[in-house]
Amino acid sequence: MTGILVPLVVLLPLIGAALALILGRHRRAQMAVSTTVLIAVAAIAAVLLAIIDSTGEGVVVAVGGWAPPHGIVLVVDRLSAIMLLISALVLLGVLVYAVGQGIADQHRETPVSIFHPSYLILSAGVFNAFIAGDLFNLYVGFEILLSASYVLLTLGGTGERIRAGVTYIIVSLVSSLFFLSAIALIYGATGTANIAQLSVRLAELPEGVQLILHLLLLLAFGIKAAVFPLSFWLPDSYPTAPAPVTAVFAGLLTKVGVYAIIRTETVIFSEHDLSTLLLVVGGLTMVVGILGALTQADIKRLLSFTLVSHIGYMIFGIGLATELGLAATIYYVVHHITVQTALFLTTGLIERFGGATSINGLAGLLKASPLLAILFFIPALNLGGIPPFSGFIGKVGLFVAGAEGAPEAVGGPAWLTWAVIAAGAATSLITLYALTRFWNMAFWRGRDELEGYESVLLNSVQEWEGAAPTTTATRTTPWLMVTATTALVAVTLLLTVFAGPLFDLAGRASANLTDPETYISLVFPGGIR
Amino acid sequence: MTASLTLIVLMAVLFGAGIAIMLERSLTRVLIGFLLVGNAVNILIYLMSGSPGLAPILGEGVDESEISDPLPQAFVLTAIVINLGITAFMLALIYRSWWLAQLGEKGDLVDDEAELAEDAEEAADLLRSSAADDLAIQQMIDASDEEPSSRVRWSTSGEGAYRDRSRDRGDGDR
Repeated sequence: MTGILVPLVVLLPLIGAALALILGRHRRAQMAVSTTVLIAVAAIAAVLLAIIDSTGEGVVVAVGGWAPPHGIVLVVDRLSAIMLLISALVLLGVLVYAVGQGIADQHRETPVSIFHPSYLILSAGVFNAFIAGDLFNLYVGFEILLSASYVLLTLGGTGERIRAGVTYIIVSLVSSLFFLSAIALIYGATGTANIAQLSVRLAELPEGVQLILHLLLLLAFGIKAAVFPLSFWLPDSYPTAPAPVTAVFAGLLTKVGVYAIIRTETVIFSEHDLSTLLLVVGGLTMVVGILGALTQADIKRLLSFTLVSHIGYMIFGIGLATELGLAATIYYVVHHITVQTALFLTTGLIERFGGATSINGLAGLLKASPLLAILFFIPALNLGGIPPFSGFIGKVGLFVAGAEGAPEAVGGPAWLTWAVIAAGAATSLITLYALTRFWNMAFWRGRDELEGYESVLLNSVQEWEGAAPTTTATRTTPWLMVTATTALVAVTLLLTVFAGPLFDLAGRASANLTDPETYISLVFPGGIR
Repeated sequence: MTASLTLIVLMAVLFGAGIAIMLERSLTRVLIGFLLVGNAVNILIYLMSGSPGLAPILGEGVDESEISDPLPQAFVLTAIVINLGITAFMLALIYRSWWLAQLGEKGDLVDDEAELAEDAEEAADLLRSSAADDLAIQQMIDASDEEPSSRVRWSTSGEGAYRDRSRDRGDGDR
């Protein structure tokens, strides 16, 4: 029974994409198809998570009936199920937002008929990457989501998007070539691409060979996850895309890379240790990313830099390589997916409502739209790590894991762990500074403090303060967009309310991960021959 | 495991030439470089299948140790298909970027006549359907109305107003 559900997670979006393409002329039918598909996938993911968590056993499906070492296997354990559920929910929220925007706009910047099929294919790729049980299938998942993301990023084909898209596409292509070469070499060295079997066979290789293969894989995934020296492409390419596209890219695509790194560290190279490297890189990612954010006036670019910076926390958690560290990482991934997406969606609303995204062109938004102010303020505080929000809980979890691990020097020397913890605390404060500065300028500051200010908002505010409170903003914010954003912000709050059970769940998921034997015996119940 | 020296040399040349061309500024050259490196990787995967053997089809009287490893061949096939798709997309992107470079600022504004007409038609469709919805609601409200004479006046004037508005919008779009 559960075996049937697993392939559906990928099949439904693909079938939906085909249907949406056929229904290109009927926008309402298209919207119905894509919404139904994503709701169905979210439901399946919820059922899978419930079953897997209650039985404690993952679900393995051998596609086409070919037994594991030779055929393609789909593996869903607790981590995969968590990632499936949260990404399906976020994809659904962003879809509703995009539908709201599409209905309101009806212009060439967002050709909706192409948007829906590409969006569903992107979803299929993301889901496929999360359930892939062998390295080559993971590669295929990456390629599916990347191809769709190329289309989404260059949607409309304006000069700006093409320029940004070229950087993104070429960087992604290079990372794919690295990944494919790594698979070829790993296959040559071990004769398999099955992740569970690799876990055993790679450990038998000479140290030098392991190091090269390990670094090659990390290089490929590091580009996708935007880890510091490989993150230069992200702030240049994400901000130009349409708001919903940026939101879903920021929320999900980098996390697929993080997920792949988690699998690499815990299962594929369970014996080979590169924790020190990960700690150093994680710390650098945090600091360099957030310093970049400080200098940005444009909120979209600012958020892109905080995105890069906060990837560092997850890399730090993976580098700790303890059970608590991984649990905190999983919680942090879930938190970051929702918060980053919510922030980018709110930015889309700000852009619509205020007519600008630059700190220099926005003022008086609080008076004009208190709801928008709240929608931005809550995720901003959350990302900055203010208690009681989930960002605080995740960061405290990571720091506690680091402090506990430091005396035993789990990943590298103890002083290094403490240094990264310090960097993390500083990053959190600087994030708060950067975001509240934007909030102060855009929302708190009165419009009279702004010289030569000309935007749609000015008219609306002026008339709002006058006797007749009639807003004349030419671009209103459709209720669907606001609802979707509010729903995502509500989800980030739920992460706080249910932090206890969620953290326990993340703990059980990481307990599965720290012992690669769990994964291996799941795929090969009878043991590897 | 033995490997063909020719293939290794070919792979090395493809890698070298491909990376050199990818470093150029022109997009078309980057694409060509990508194709060369992509094929180099394909050869690398193929090399990993070891010494060549019989076609990997199991049947009567086939010695399993004589056939070549089918898995890398499946990998290569998949990779070729993916490369094909990406090449098609890159070509479209290069064409678009050339188009924009030729036209400069105006590039963004150039529009397909047919598409524009189609868009306007779709917008009109949406307006019409929403007007029909509104009309139906109006009629339901009117039906509950007690005075029959006012119902007629209401619905006709409502319809007229919608027609006028849709015509105005249509003109505005153009």
